[in-house]
Amino acid sequence: MSPIAAVTRRELRSYFVTPVAYVFLVIFLVLSGILTFYAGDFYDRNQADLQPFFVMHPWLYLVLVPAVSMRMWAEEAKGGTLELLMSLPLTLAQAMLGKFLAAWIFIGLALVLTFPIWITVNYLGSPDNGVIVAGYIGSWLMAGAFLAIGACLSAVTQSQVVAFVLTLVVCFLLILVGQPQVMEFFQGALPRKLVNALAHLSMVRHFEAISRGVLDLRDLMYFLATMAAWLTAGVLTLDLKRTP
Amino acid sequence: MIETEQLTRRYGALTAVDSLSFRAEPGQVLGLLGPNGAGKTTAMRMIAGFLSPSSGTARVCGYDVRKEPLKAKRALGYLPEGAPSYGELTVREFLVFIIRMRGLQRDEGARRFERVVGGLQLEGVLDQCIDTLSKGLKRRVGLAQAIVHNPQVLMLDEPTDGLDPNQKHTVRQLIDQMARDRTILISTHLLEEVHALCNRVVIIANGRLMVDATPAELESRSRYHGAVSFSAPGSGVSQEMLGRLPQVSSIEVDPMDGRITVFPRTGERILEPVETLLRQQGLEVSEIQLERGRLDEVFRQITTGAENRE
Repeated sequence: MSPIAAVTRRELRSYFVTPVAYVFLVIFLVLSGILTFYAGDFYDRNQADLQPFFVMHPWLYLVLVPAVSMRMWAEEAKGGTLELLMSLPLTLAQAMLGKFLAAWIFIGLALVLTFPIWITVNYLGSPDNGVIVAGYIGSWLMAGAFLAIGACLSAVTQSQVVAFVLTLVVCFLLILVGQPQVMEFFQGALPRKLVNALAHLSMVRHFEAISRGVLDLRDLMYFLATMAAWLTAGVLTLDLKRTP
Repeated sequence: MIETEQLTRRYGALTAVDSLSFRAEPGQVLGLLGPNGAGKTTAMRMIAGFLSPSSGTARVCGYDVRKEPLKAKRALGYLPEGAPSYGELTVREFLVFIIRMRGLQRDEGARRFERVVGGLQLEGVLDQCIDTLSKGLKRRVGLAQAIVHNPQVLMLDEPTDGLDPNQKHTVRQLIDQMARDRTILISTHLLEEVHALCNRVVIIANGRLMVDATPAELESRSRYHGAVSFSAPGSGVSQEMLGRLPQVSSIEVDPMDGRITVFPRTGERILEPVETLLRQQGLEVSEIQLERGRLDEVFRQITTGAENRE
C-alpha cells in the first residue's frame, strides 16, 4: 500500500473511533435539512430542484469544515506524533495529501448521506437530475477548497482553536468577496480590473456556476488550483518548521 | 551504521547541537549521555529527519539524511522521546498502520507483526486503545513500532524512562538481543543503563561532544578507579598504618557508615597490599571491594566542567 493510502486510512479510522465523525455527520445532516426547508423555502418556491439546499452549503462549510480540518496537523504537533510520522519513509507532500484526502472523502460521505433530500425532490416532482449531480460535484469541490485552506492553517499552529479561527476567517473572506454588497463597496475604492479580479476569487460565484448545471473547465480549475495552492503552502509551512 | 558529521542545529542565538561528530558501527550499542537539555534529543531528531540541521549532516547506513531522507528513514527504526503514538487507535491498528507505512508485503508484515507482538508481550492488549494503556505498555508499543520492520539501525530516545525495574529489565533484554548485528543508539541520563547496555558512550554537554569512550575507559577516569574499600566494624583500623603503605595516596572514611576507602597512587595496585596488611594486623574485615570507578562522578566532572567554561 502506498504511504498516502496508509495515511488516509489511518485518518479515516481516527475520525470514526472518536466522536468527531458522528457529531459532524449528525450536525451536517440536521443543519442542511433545516436550512433547506426553513431558510431556503424548499416548498414555497414550487420548483423541483435542490437550489435551496445547495445555496446554504457555503455557510454550512464555513462553520463545519474548519472543525474537521483544525486537528489535521495541530493535533499531531501537540501530541508529538508528528515526530513519529516524519520518521516514517514518506514525504511531507504525501502526508499532506493523505490527510487531505481522508478529510475530503469524509465530507463526501456526509454529502452522500443527504440522499433523502434528493429522493424527496424526485418524489415531489421531476427535477433535472443532471443539475443536481453537478450541484453535488460543485459542493464537494468547494468543501475540498475549504479543507485545503484548513489543512494549511492547521500546519501553522499547534493550537486547534487558532487553526479553527484562522480557517473560518479566510473562508469567510472568500465567501464574502463575491457578494454583490461587498463588490459595490469596493467599486468606488478600487480600480475596476482589480474588483473584477477579486470577484473571480469568490468561492460562491464558482460554486453557483457549477451548481446551475454547467461544468465549466474554468470553475473546475478554480477549485483544483485553490486546493493545490493551499496544500502546497501547507507543505512549505511544515517544511519551514523543521528548518532552523 | 550511524554517522554524524559536524552536525549542528541552532535556534536563534542558542546552539542546541554544536558540530557533533561521532560514528556507531553494527554490533555497537552507543549510549548518548548528557544532562537534560544537552542536545541529545535534538541530535536524534536530526538523524531521524524530523528536524533539518543548520549545518553538517548525518548518515544512516550510508544514506545522507539531507540528500536521501527516505532511504535513511527506511533503514532506521526510531522511538521518539516519550514514545508518542495515535492514542485513539488500538495497538493492532497502530502497528498495522506502521507496517503499511513501512511498505511491508502482506506475508512479511503478518510475520513481523507476530514476531514483535510476541517479543514485547503485547498479545493481551492488542485490541485495547493505546490511550488506556499504562506507561510501560505504551513504551513497549512505541518500541514495537520502532523495530517492526527489522531495521538495521535503531535509535531509541530514553527507552526506559519512567519504567519500573521489571519493565526496564525486559526492555534491556530486548535491546541486548537486537544488538548483535545492528547499530543501536540510545539516549539516556541513567548511568546504570550504560553499564547494563552500552559498549560505547558519547557524552555531550551544551550540544558539544565531550567524551567518546567505552564504559570501562570512563570508569578508569574516576578517582575511585582501583581504590579499595572495606568495612571493618568495631576493629579500630589504624589509618596511619594504611597510610604508610608506599602505594597508597590517601584514605577516606565515610562519616555515615564508617566505610574506609583507600586510594592508590597513579598506576599502583593496592588490593593485595591492603589485604596483606589487614591480615597481618589480624583485623576482622566483613567485606572488601576493589572499586571499578564511579560513572556518576566522571559524568559530573565532564558535564559540569563544560558548563563552567561557558
